[in-house]
Parts: sequence; structure tokens; C-alpha cells
Amino acid sequence: MTANEDRTPRPGLVLEVDRSTPPILFHHGEGFRLESLPAGRSRVLYPAEPLNPLDDPDGAIRDALHNPLNDDPLPSKLFAGMQLTIVFDDISLPLPPMRRPDIRQRIIEQVLDLAAAAGVDDVHIVAALALHRRMTEDELRHAVGDRVYDAFAPSGLLYNMDAENPDEMVLLGETSEGEEVQMLKRAAESDLIVYVNINMVSMNGGWKSTATGLSGYTGIRHHHNVDTLAKSDLMDHTNSEFHNRNWRQGDVIRAAGVKIFQIETTINNNVFGEQGPMSVLQKREWEWTARDRASFIGMQKGLQLMTPKARRKIFHSHQSPYGMTSVQAGEVEAVHESAVDNMLKQQLVQIEGQADILTMGLPYLSPYNVNSVLNPILVMCLGLGYFFNMYRNKPLVRKDGVIIMSHPTPIEFHPVHHPSYIDFFEQVLPDTTDGHKIAHKYEKQFAEDEWYRHLYRTSYAYHGVHPLYMWYWGSKAIDHTARIIIVGGDVKAVKRMGFTPASTLNDALEIASDVVGPQPTITHFHNPPTVMAEVL
Amino acid sequence: MTALEPAESEAAAPIADRLAGKRIAITGTTGFLGTALVERLIRCVPDCSLVLLIRPGRRGVEQRLQREILRNDAFDRLREEHGDDGFAAMTAARILPVAADITKDGLALDDAGREALADCDVVIHSAASVSFDNPLDVAVNTNLVGPVNLIATLHDLDVTPHLVAVSTAYVAGTRKGDAFEELLQDGAYAVPIDWRHEIETARRARIAAEDESRTTDALERFHREAKDELGAAGNTALANKSEQLRQRSVRKTMVDNGIARAKSLGFSDAYAMTKGMAETAIVELAEDIPVSIVRPSIIESSWAEPFPGWIRGFRMAEPIIIGFGRGLLQDFPGSWEGVADVIPVDLVVATIIVAAAHEPELEAPTPVYQSASGAVNPFRVGQLYDWGTDFFRKNPIYDDFDQPIAPPRWTFPTIDKATTQMYRARGGLDRATQVMRALPLRGARASFAADIDERRDLLNQAISYVELYGKYVACEALYHCENTLALHQSLSAQDQATFDMDPRVINWHHYVNDIHLPSVLAQGRVKTAPSGKRGAAFDRQDRLRKQVLDERRVVAAFDLENTLIASNVVVSWGWLATRNLNRGQRARLILKALGESWSLQRLDRADRVDFLRHFYRRYDKAPVEQLERDAAELFSELLLKNSFPDAIRRVREHRALGHRTVLITGALDFIVRPLEPLFDDIVAPSLEQRDGRYTGRMLNAPPIGEARAEALRQYALEHDLDLNESVAYADSTSDLPLLETVSFPVAVNPDTKLATLARRRGWLVENWEPAPGGERKILPVAPYLPRARRSA
Repeated sequence: MTANEDRTPRPGLVLEVDRSTPPILFHHGEGFRLESLPAGRSRVLYPAEPLNPLDDPDGAIRDALHNPLNDDPLPSKLFAGMQLTIVFDDISLPLPPMRRPDIRQRIIEQVLDLAAAAGVDDVHIVAALALHRRMTEDELRHAVGDRVYDAFAPSGLLYNMDAENPDEMVLLGETSEGEEVQMLKRAAESDLIVYVNINMVSMNGGWKSTATGLSGYTGIRHHHNVDTLAKSDLMDHTNSEFHNRNWRQGDVIRAAGVKIFQIETTINNNVFGEQGPMSVLQKREWEWTARDRASFIGMQKGLQLMTPKARRKIFHSHQSPYGMTSVQAGEVEAVHESAVDNMLKQQLVQIEGQADILTMGLPYLSPYNVNSVLNPILVMCLGLGYFFNMYRNKPLVRKDGVIIMSHPTPIEFHPVHHPSYIDFFEQVLPDTTDGHKIAHKYEKQFAEDEWYRHLYRTSYAYHGVHPLYMWYWGSKAIDHTARIIIVGGDVKAVKRMGFTPASTLNDALEIASDVVGPQPTITHFHNPPTVMAEVL
Repeated sequence: MTALEPAESEAAAPIADRLAGKRIAITGTTGFLGTALVERLIRCVPDCSLVLLIRPGRRGVEQRLQREILRNDAFDRLREEHGDDGFAAMTAARILPVAADITKDGLALDDAGREALADCDVVIHSAASVSFDNPLDVAVNTNLVGPVNLIATLHDLDVTPHLVAVSTAYVAGTRKGDAFEELLQDGAYAVPIDWRHEIETARRARIAAEDESRTTDALERFHREAKDELGAAGNTALANKSEQLRQRSVRKTMVDNGIARAKSLGFSDAYAMTKGMAETAIVELAEDIPVSIVRPSIIESSWAEPFPGWIRGFRMAEPIIIGFGRGLLQDFPGSWEGVADVIPVDLVVATIIVAAAHEPELEAPTPVYQSASGAVNPFRVGQLYDWGTDFFRKNPIYDDFDQPIAPPRWTFPTIDKATTQMYRARGGLDRATQVMRALPLRGARASFAADIDERRDLLNQAISYVELYGKYVACEALYHCENTLALHQSLSAQDQATFDMDPRVINWHHYVNDIHLPSVLAQGRVKTAPSGKRGAAFDRQDRLRKQVLDERRVVAAFDLENTLIASNVVVSWGWLATRNLNRGQRARLILKALGESWSLQRLDRADRVDFLRHFYRRYDKAPVEQLERDAAELFSELLLKNSFPDAIRRVREHRALGHRTVLITGALDFIVRPLEPLFDDIVAPSLEQRDGRYTGRMLNAPPIGEARAEALRQYALEHDLDLNESVAYADSTSDLPLLETVSFPVAVNPDTKLATLARRRGWLVENWEPAPGGERKILPVAPYLPRARRSA
């Protein structure tokens, strides 16, 4: 961190591309592309440099636990004989995984120390999976640390929640709109839930943590659907039907007497590090030194020479040296507001006006393929569900514009993690790519399938309905745009999803000109590291 | 020439009148020549009646007469003239079918049959085994013993009808030069043969061949070969196969024996040799029975009667012509100038009928009529090739991919050179097959073995054509037909038209282009126009898949290893055994396992049940509880990672269709337990437990090989399921009994042996790949556990 202490990190920026602009880096799965964008009508949205992290994260955590927002200090809530359930965000956060020690470990260790001091001996520690896959032992150890794992896991007190176990789940009631609220029974019946968040994007946190994270299909289906998502600016919970519904469910949780001590943390943009071959990925191209260039070329060549398997291993073994920029604890909504403010300091960049074309290079990783494969459905979701939605006010691309994504999109699936994705790709997509039709015709079948249920509960599979949710996530972008083009993708996969394949960016721009004319304006979304656009 | 003298004096009497009121017995009427003969007699000799000596077979003679003779399109013309009812009435009145077997004593006639035969004025013996590659004793029985029995029966009945014996021009042997219409013993090249002795030695040769095939060495060899081909397919399948191999070997010995004996006597094959000996026997035994001999050359489709191009069955030249058109026969021995002595069937029929109407005097030498074109209207091999090339260029045959096949360019090598080339090619394919069988190939790569097998079959076919027919095409004997021509000359002008037997009438170009080749193509059921569908094989697989996924099916049985999952019991054990070990222990265990891998593999190949029994001993003293915990991880880490998503989807498709799904596997029950939600039932062996530990002994026999088929039969019985409506999926020949138990077998990622078998039997083959993106390990070891648990 010494480098950072020397100077104030620079904020994000919008670069107007002119003839002197060097080729721009596009992430491209387990590789990269350098693309020249048309001068005079292209802009590039760059993330801010990593904010300086907190000097003493453990001290900051201690402070937050003792001086919570709108709530009593944690020690005052702990007493002997109580049931305490510590819940933490699962493997989908942060991306890429954080170098040890993980923030969750730091927080949980302190919470456990306080609990021990108060004589609490009924403690469960639960990974809030909702419909995500179970975490493996290695992954759990990474998140909570060996000490906590070895103390709790062998006796069954640290575990993955099972949203399909009817005995472990409970219905807390219905919202004013008739939405069921479901929760992990142990959590709901505890005297206190301590929810440990890592907030990567502003969509997460708040009531979504418990209303979604501790729920199962019964509760989640009320906001994970095409109509709700169409009315949601996902990164702005104040302007999002998705969050309205989660917050409504939060009201029911609160009314049911469930006590939640919410902890939300924010991290900086230090995804690829200040040193090492990958550090070049978070530098601005025109500032690349000769050494940066050499290391980039070396990395490109090296990756080309590797087998796909070796390439995947290299990428997935990367862990980011994130720094924690804030920690806040206490009452859910107050904590969330504060966390979002802190997060936006790192991520928000203003940009004037929408573009005809939005380009983005999709990296190797999404929330749902940690230690896994970014299959075509996840490519779609990463681009259209996440990157497209990284805005406040209005999308980066105008209505009926074009999105151009770059990713190899191989037809590869992790057979353990994504079994229902394979069937979704082979059976559903050839039939229809329309989100409504998919929901109507297939959702029940996929959600209630006994085999998927079995794999979700006993193996490491995402819930059967999950690929459909991924598709819903991207459907707003599909409706918003006139055409979606994937550069360098497997043609069969791209076509199966109803998109247009192109072999180069120039081809893609050519194809797009049918829709947006010969001289379209272009915005390139230079992410990761994370950037969120405030489109004015 | 002597035979003609009475004819001249009676020249005016028309054939129909000569045969009017006569009863004519005919043998061999279900054959090509016989059918044409019956048709022509019925149509052109209105006042004769026929007694057809027919082998009853399973259907009985009346049925055979109707189905195999009268329903033939040769009779279309008559049927049209008389109407269906008139035709039926006429044939019923004029044709009497009689059950007879010429290879049996007394022709196996019953009393009525004897009476009918005794009543005949003429007997036309046209039954023969014309196949050129018959075993020696089969040829002797039909072609030599047959006429001997026939004459003995006539003597026995004390009758002396005019016997017209249909022989072949090729009794003249393989020599070059003129072959006249004379008895063999009168010819310049006669080789004295004792035909009685040949009958005896042929029988003995059969016994010797049977004995030879039953020696310990031979039986062991057949068993070995069966195992080579089928692998560990279980006792019944292997037994069937080795018996089949033994019979094949006996047959081959006898065929070779026939060819060798024929060659040693100067004949092209056993057919010509036995026919030659039959002529000698007939003349020797006839005594007061007047005999005429008709010798056709290669009989092909008709020139004009009953309609141009009429043909029945696949004749000698057809396979060659089709083989040429399909590019299968890339070359053919012989020479351009060589004579292909072909004679249209209607000319032969006319010769026989006219000969029958000219009963020779007893004292006169036996008349011989050769029905052959070579001497008077030769047809060159090269002409056939040139015209055939033109024809197939204009009317190409299409391959499976709808592409026209270009006819090959023949160079007419010597027969030795041609066969040497083909043998070499076959040797290459044989070696390729052996290599493929030895390689652990599966799925699409193994189907390459089936391709090779198919190509080898085709090549074998081509080789047999070249070997057998090459001799005929290369034969340079010139078959004279002066007697036949003189007989023809003696007829009235009208009879000459009705019973045209003069080969000079044939315009060969017209015959090849407009008559014979179109007829052959129609008979050969080849693709003469593009189907518009891509790849026939593709369609077939699609059709089979639809059948398999039909709602009417009731149960789908699945094998596990390599059918659902690319893994096996050794890998599972390796994973479980290493899961709780540290680095040093792992290394030792892996080394030990590698050291044993060879002997394990041998045991597995020899007997899978023994192998499992032996292998599962390794679970001795393994803690039950821990293994069950570990098995849950193994399911995700190993089984699912190596699973075939298409296979799992297929199981689910079956369930969705309401079929019962059952997994029948030799893998241990606790390992496959996580698969339970996928299946209605799982049949798997369990291990004995004592004090919370396994003993390594199986509680029940593993369902492997035949036991697997039995397990499915038992399962079907218990649940009242119809195996005829069932589907089974398996990957190797050891599952052959299982696959053969059901009506809808599916070979999944078959090994080379099963791929070959499945192709031959027309089974559905599914090549399912593990999910792309799944990691696969070379060594079946579990990933390291964190130190904390490893020590446990």
C-alpha cells in the first residue's frame, strides 16, 4: 500500500477517443483483446484508482461493532443462553476472491470473541446460499478462516444452508402485496442474526441480504422475475422494484420479530494488484510503460501457449489484494445507506448522455462461476445482467441501441455446479429465448425437478431454477436494445441465445450499423475493476 | 448331329403339337431358369400339363408354388391375358406340385408323388446348386446325387420318360480353345473320374472336416477368436459365437476342398465339376431312359420373353455390375478381348423346350445342346466395361451423401495380380482392426473401427467376386452350338419365332444398355437418384432414437461405467482410498496400484466377476461410516465431474415419458447411492459389514455380463414389464447379454468390438461426451484435504 500513500488515488474518468488514443483493453474471457475504437465518436468509461484502504481494519470492525448505526452496541445484545446465528455472504462475493484473511473471517472472529465473552454457547455459522451452490470445505475455510472452521464445522455448527429442506425453512408471512417471506428456520428463531456482508456492488446488502440470502425459491420468486426486473434499476435501490419487493419482505421479517444486526463492508478497486503481471489490467492504456507493454505481450503469448485448462487454473487461482474501505454495523437500512455511500465513492463516475452502442469486454469471472466455468448463460448474465445494469439514472446505451460484448463464449459447462444450465441450454433455449415464455413454460419444471433438487442439496449444484434467473437478469437489456452482438464467441452458442456473432469488433460495428446508422456514438465500459456510471 | 435326323423328318410338326397331351415333370422350378421354363410351357405349349417336384420346406409345396413361382412377375403377362381368376383356374388345372427332395432316396416322394412322376412323358431336371462357392459335399449332393437319385427312382417306377438334363457349358473345364457339344467322355480332354467314389469321398471329407473342427486345439482356437471378437460377453454369447465360428470353419474347409478338387480335375469350381460328373453318371445309369443334355453358359436376364429384361434374384453378373457401379470393384481381372459368354434366359428356356420335344432314339448317341453365345455372337468383357462405364456415367448410383459415384477405371490385370492387390488391402484392414481392438477406444473413435469393419466386409465381398467370377470372365474356352443351331433351323418359321434359341439374334449393345443394366439396377435396390436427405446413416439413427423414446416403451435399463459416467470401480476405489492419506502414503498406494494394474487388467478381461470379487477385497476393514461420507463427496468430485450430461438427460427423458428407469451396475451400492433420485431402482452389489467395517466380501453376485441380463429379466418379471418394449444402454461387449435381452438396445460410447457389432445389427449408437469444462484427472486420487482432517 506504500504506493498509494504517496498520492491521492485518481477518480474515474470518461476518455474521449481521438486519433492519438492507443488501443483499448477488452477483457475477453480467459484472455484479452486490444481494440481501436473509432475516433471522434467513442468514449471510454474508466474506473477510479483503488481508494486508500483503512489502516486498521480490525480496529474499524471493533469500532463498528461497539458503535453501531441506529442500534445498540453488539455486546449489549449478547447474553448467555441466547441463540446466535452468524450468517455470511457466500462464494459469489467478492470477485475475484479476496486474499486471506477474508473480511468475513476478521468480522466473524471478533463477533465470536464478543459472544464468548458474553457466555453465548449456542452459535451457528451459516453460509447464506439462497439458491446458490454449496461451498466446499476449502471455500468455507477461505471465507471464515481455519480457526473458526475447525472449531465449528466438525460439530456441525458451521454449514451451508439448505433452502430445499422443508424442515429447515420457515414461512414468516406475506407482504402487503401477497409476497411470501421465507427464511432459514434457525436464523428466524434465533435471538439475534449477525449478517456479515461484503458489498461489491450497490445491488447487494440492505434487506436483500436476509430477504433473499436466507430465503428459498418460495420467497425469491416474487422478485426474481422478468416483470420485476424490467422495472428495476438494479444498482439504485431507491429506484428499483426489485429492491422495493425485498424491502417489503424486510418489513415482514422485522414485524415477525426477527432481530438482525447487519454488518456491511466495502472494498476498494484493487482487483489486480499494484505489482505483478496482472497489475497492468488496472492501468490506463496511454500510461502503460514499456515494462507494462512487455508484460502484457508476455502474458498474452503465455496464455495463448497454455492449454485451456491451465489458463483457467491460472485465472481462477488469482486472489485480489482488496483493501477494506469501510465497515458499518447496526440497523439494516441505516447500515446499507452508509455502505452504498462508501461504495459509490469508489465506483461512481459521471458520464454525459447515452450512446448508440455500448461495448464491453467480459472477463473470466461472474458471481456464479468461482472455481468453475463461465458457461454461455453466465456470459449472457454477466454482460446483460450485471455490466449493462451498472448505471444510475439511465442505461449507458440508448433505447434500441446495440450492445457489443467480447467473450469466447465456449459451450462449456461445469457438470457439478451447473447441471440444470446444461439442460437449459440444450432444451429451453432452442425452444425460446423469451423470458416470459421461459418463465411460463419451464420455471416450475426446473424449480421443482427432483434431480436438480437432489444435486443442490447434496452435491455442489446451483438450484434448478438458477439458469432461468440468469436469463431473467439479462432480459431487461434484451428488451432495451435492438441487437446484441458477441465478438469472438462460439457461433453456435451465440446464435442459440438469440444474439449475433461477429469475429472482430470492426465486423460487429459493421453489423450494428444496420440498426444505429454508419456514425454511431460508442461508449466502452472499461470494467473490471468495478465502475458504475451515473448517466446524466 | 445325329439327334437332328429325326427332327428333319418331322420338321413340320410344331413344338406345341409335339408336346400336346404330354405330362412334363420339372425339378428346380423355384429357381431362375425353372420359373421361366414353367411360364413358357404354360404360355406356349397350351396342351401340356406340369408336375413340379418342389422341396416342401416349411410352407408346403402348394404355398411355395403360389408364392415363389406363380406370384413372380414372369407370370404377369399370363395373368393379364387370362385375368386373375382365369389364371388361377388354368394353373390349378395344369400344374400339379409334388413334394420331393432330389437329394433323398426315392426323391422322398409319397405314393401320390410317385404316381404323378410315373405318369410323366418328359422329365426336365433343372435343379442345381448354382452357387460357385458351395461346400464340396453340398455341391455333390445336389448336383450329382440329385440326378442319380432321380434316375434310380425312374428305374424303380419302371418308367422311361425323356430326361432332359440341364447342365452347364462350363463342364468343359478351364481349358482354352473349342468346346464342342459332345459328352465329356467322348472329348479329347476327358479325365477318367469315378463319380461314385467322389460321392463317397465328399461325404468322408465332411466328416473329416467336422472332426478336425472338434479337436481340442481347434475348439480352443474358436473360443479364443470368439473372445477376441466379443470380449467378455458372457458364456452364452461366447458359446454361440464359437459354435458359429466352428461351423464357418467347417464350411470354409469344405468350400476350399471343393475348389481344390475341382482345380485338380481341370474345372473352375465344384459346381462345374459336379455337373460334369453328373452328366457322366446320367448317361451311364440311363439304360432305357432317353436322355438329352442342355448346357447353358452364364444365364442372364431375358432378351424378349416373357418381357425384355426379366430376371429373378441376383444372378452371377449382377453383383459385379452393381459392384462396378458403386465403385466397390475398383478393378477386375481378365482382358478387354475376353469373351463373357452370356446367354439370355429365354433362349435357354427355348432350347430346353425344343430339346424336350425331340426325344432321341435310344440307340443314338445322347444329344448335347449348348446354349451359349461365345462362338457365334461373342460378347467381349471390354464391351461390357465400356458400355457399363457410359451407362453409369449417365445413370449413376448415389452414395449415402447423395453424391453420384463415378464408375472405376478397370485395367484388367491378371487374376493373380488383382487378388494380390486386394489381399494386401485386406491385410492392411485386418491389421488396422486388430490395432483398433487392442486400443482402448470408445465412442466416435470406436465407430471408426466399425467403418473399417464395413470396408473390410465390402472388400471381402469384392475379393470373393474376383476369385469366383474372375475365372469365368478369364475363361477362354469357346462354346460351340452347332447342334442347337441345327435344331433351331429344323423348326417351322413360327416355332423359330416362338422358341427363338439362336444367340445371333442378340444385339449386345441394346441388350446391355436398354435391357440388362436397367433391369439389374431395378433388382439391385440401389439409389439411382439423390434422396434429398443428408446421410442415410443419420436418418437411421434418428429413427432409432425416436423408437427408443417412444411412449410405448416400459423400462430403460442403464449400465453405469462409460454409459452414464466416464469412470470405473478402480478409479472410485483409488479416490476413496487416497482421500484420507498424506503425501507419502499416497505415493506408496499409487505405486502399488500401478504395479498391479497389468494383472488386474488381465483378470478383468478374463472374467469381470472374478475381477470384482478380487478387487473389492481391498475394501476389507474399511470403515463403513467414513466411506459413506466420502462417497457423497466422490459423487460430486468424481462421478458427476465425469458424467455424460446427455446420458443423465436421457435417463430423465425416459422418466418423463413414464418409463421405469433402472441402473444395473457392478459398482458398489454405497458408491451409486447418490444416483438414486435418477432411477426407479438400482441393482448393485453390497459388501458384507462387521463391527462397522466392511469385510471386502460381496453379499450378492454382481450383475455383470449374463447376470446383468438375468437381473433385468428378473426385474421385468417382478414388475410385470415386457422386455419386448424395453430399452437397454451399455458400452461394451460384456453387456451383450443385457443388450440382447431387450428389443431396443443402445450402444453408448461403444468400445471397438461393440461398435462393430452395433453397426452390423443396426442398433442405435450414442456417442456421449463428458461435459466440456469438467476437469478430468489422469490418476484417480482425491484432492488433498486440509491438514486438519488428513491425519484422521
